[in-house]
Amino acid sequence: MAVNAEQSYIEIYNEFQKTLCAKSAPLLNQYREEAFRAFKSAGFPSRRLESHKYTDLTDAFAVNYGMNLNRIEYTINSSDLIKCEVQGINSYLFFIVNDTFYCPASSQTEMEELRSKGVLIGSLNEYASSHPELVGQYYNKIVHADEEATVAFNTTFAQDGFFLYVPENVRLEKPIQIISVMHASMPTLANARNLIVLKENSEARVLVCAHTMEDVEFMSNRVTEVYVDRNAVYDHYKLENTHSKSSAVSSLAIRQMQGSNVLVNDLTLHNGLTRNTVTIDLTEEHCETLLCGMAVGDGKQHVDNTTHINHLAPNCKSNEMYKYVMDDESTGAFSGKIYVAPHAQKTEAYQVNRNVCMKSTAKMYTKPQLEIYADDVKCSHGASTGQMDDNALFYLRSRGIPEAEAKMLLMFAFVNDVLENVRISALKDKIKILVEKRFRGELSKCSGCNVCR
Amino acid sequence: MSENIVDKVTQGEYKYGFVTDIETDVIQKGLSEDIVRLISKKKEEPEWLLEYRLKAYRHWLSLKEPRWAHLNIPEIDYQNIYYYAAPKKKESPKNLEEVDPELLKTFDKLGIPLEEQKHLSGMAVDAVMDIISVKTTYKENLAELGIIFCSISEAVKNYPDLVKSYLGSVVPYTDNFYAALNSAVFSDGSFVYIPKGVRCPMELSTYFRINAANTGQFERTLIIADDDSYVSYLEGCTAPMRDENQLHAAIVELVVHDRAEIKYSTVQNWYPGDKEGKGGIYNFVTKRALCKGVSSKISWTQVETGSAITWKYPSCVLLGDNSVGEFYSVAVTNNFQQADTGTKMIHIGKNTRSHIVSKGISAGKSQNSYRGLVKVSPKATGARNFSQCDSLLLGDQCGAHTFPYMEINNDTAIVEHEATTSKISEDQIFYCNQRGISTEDAVGLIVNGYAKEVINKLPMEFAVEAQNLLQVSLEGSVG
Repeated sequence: MAVNAEQSYIEIYNEFQKTLCAKSAPLLNQYREEAFRAFKSAGFPSRRLESHKYTDLTDAFAVNYGMNLNRIEYTINSSDLIKCEVQGINSYLFFIVNDTFYCPASSQTEMEELRSKGVLIGSLNEYASSHPELVGQYYNKIVHADEEATVAFNTTFAQDGFFLYVPENVRLEKPIQIISVMHASMPTLANARNLIVLKENSEARVLVCAHTMEDVEFMSNRVTEVYVDRNAVYDHYKLENTHSKSSAVSSLAIRQMQGSNVLVNDLTLHNGLTRNTVTIDLTEEHCETLLCGMAVGDGKQHVDNTTHINHLAPNCKSNEMYKYVMDDESTGAFSGKIYVAPHAQKTEAYQVNRNVCMKSTAKMYTKPQLEIYADDVKCSHGASTGQMDDNALFYLRSRGIPEAEAKMLLMFAFVNDVLENVRISALKDKIKILVEKRFRGELSKCSGCNVCR
Repeated sequence: MSENIVDKVTQGEYKYGFVTDIETDVIQKGLSEDIVRLISKKKEEPEWLLEYRLKAYRHWLSLKEPRWAHLNIPEIDYQNIYYYAAPKKKESPKNLEEVDPELLKTFDKLGIPLEEQKHLSGMAVDAVMDIISVKTTYKENLAELGIIFCSISEAVKNYPDLVKSYLGSVVPYTDNFYAALNSAVFSDGSFVYIPKGVRCPMELSTYFRINAANTGQFERTLIIADDDSYVSYLEGCTAPMRDENQLHAAIVELVVHDRAEIKYSTVQNWYPGDKEGKGGIYNFVTKRALCKGVSSKISWTQVETGSAITWKYPSCVLLGDNSVGEFYSVAVTNNFQQADTGTKMIHIGKNTRSHIVSKGISAGKSQNSYRGLVKVSPKATGARNFSQCDSLLLGDQCGAHTFPYMEINNDTAIVEHEATTSKISEDQIFYCNQRGISTEDAVGLIVNGYAKEVINKLPMEFAVEAQNLLQVSLEGSVG
């Protein structure tokens, strides 16, 4: 165990900077020094920071993790990996193992098919080398290392991840499924870095499934930047199903241009410690955003969703909904901020956070915030924490439904509002089944996976 | 809404700006252990209180100013403040003739019913003018019931055991920067003790005035309601117009025993600074109530229209089973005023309930924030909270913010929070116009209606004043 986590990573950087740079594209190296300075001054976020009041990350990073700075190739058995997918969806399937992009043999032809349309899809590191001008326009432009220490940490060490570029007027009918797996025999830390660019009038849907394989401690510090140009439509679904020894820190930053439409749906089923930071900037008029998420917690799970919706232009709409069901000794935290800039008139922004605590040992912290500097706006937020409605439970039981089943039904109905916000019907069905299984306790991993919590 | 209405709204002048010319007994500027000792000596305090002050002072030295609030606080030079200023007095006045006539004039301007009006208004007024209590009325009437209502320095002399056992029990000097400062240098304030089973027959009221230039005012209020008692306490303030900023860091501590109830109402109208944002009072107050007994009840009502900066969170610690905490607030900010205010409801006892209604109105270039915490401890089974925070924006350069915190450690708790932000809609104005009500009147009507829910919670005498204050603060919009 490292006594001072920051210090050990600072030393690693000073010592291995050359190796790190030699194995990655110059474009990625360009931002390391600046990010490193930001990280050095900030350190890992602790409870003392208002933004991390309910989630201290210093302990999570203090584990003596290994990092694959030398880019040693893993032997990947894709048949193992393939079992993790949400089966039955017709999708373009790719993997990110720790932080390395991996295209399974079965997807090679599809990748070619996409390339013929002008869609670039693949490893960020490779594209940063082969298309430095294109990637350089967007890489590290939306996130700011000096605002979030974990982003600074990611930018300092990031070597690979997923890159998607959808050119103008191209609509991808099939969703892109990225299975992000933590796979190593010893405690491992990965700084995956993803970049997604949608040009004008394009459309894409991305489903990210986060998993862990071996029963060791993992830390995944993921940063995803998404640039959604005019009138583009983008859906981002994230399904987290990892084991209790895993820590996942993810920062999703989206920039929306005029008339674009974005849906983010963040589902946490199984995890250890999760901190999701979602930042959406509505920078031009007539943007629409739907941000939702749910978390089911038991054991000692810790789920923190921190969201920022920044209305920076007039006439934009955003709607946000998060639901938590916390059981056992789990801890849920929700912090949602809606910011309306002084000139962003005619903004409509709504936020709802509803939580259920199933046991007295479960904890729920919620912090919905409005920061409004324009007067002609419609904004509201609502938050509540409570328990199952006894009357509803009684109603079901009086009709012969056993208590456990009735509770399950009610919980499922409770989170259903969030699950309805999936715009691919096949995926919606699959997710509903997964969530139902989760409530039944049948699902400790995706079907077919042999590693349990 | 037409633009000149907004202009008028933002151009309301402070009506209570006048300076009373009274000799004040001032000790040198700055803060040190010697000053703390000197204050204590001047007030002829016992050794234990001096020790308490010194401990607080030493702790204060180790603290930094809190900067987490959504406020832009200018640098405050704590060595450039007078920590003690008392109206010069020969002997404590026995009747009106002995009271400095200048002082009486001030009270007249404020409309305090000190002599003739006191029977009519039925209030007992403990007038605090620059820190030392000048005159206390109705003391005898209250004494018959066993109620103690006096300045805290008198209480220290006459009821040392009571003060010693309760002072700092709700807000310890370690609580925060301003609480530590107040504990070190507090000058005076009110002390109330309601004995068992007594229902205080009148509203107890204190008028605070900040008067001598450059004087920080550090009052200390301590109210104790013993078993089955009830008291309604009013606190209201106006301050003379000043150029330099004045620091105000008060502490209010309330202790409520079994089945007792305290209703604490505040109308705050200190000088908010001029239209350019120059001057004004810095109001950093720590107010907290402890519902110690079973079925005890606290009700905070506040109408905040003044001060350049307000940093104030009247809180309830609901320790006793079935205890109830309430918080009703209207906060108005105009010009360059900043307010970060709200409440904390700490549920510890079983079946505790709390209710929060906060109404913010921002105009001009002001920033108005609600910040509140609802915390339910693991033992607080059956806790219930409902919070409602509404913001009304008048003008497009002001800001309204809400920062609620909910920390739930219990599965039987039901906690709800709702917030809305809106402006006065054109439909509403049009509706009024149609019925022959001018736009100006309509704005006043709507603002008053918006704040009604809170103003109704105030005692009658105060409700009238509070409505007047709303009108002054948003002058021009109200006919």
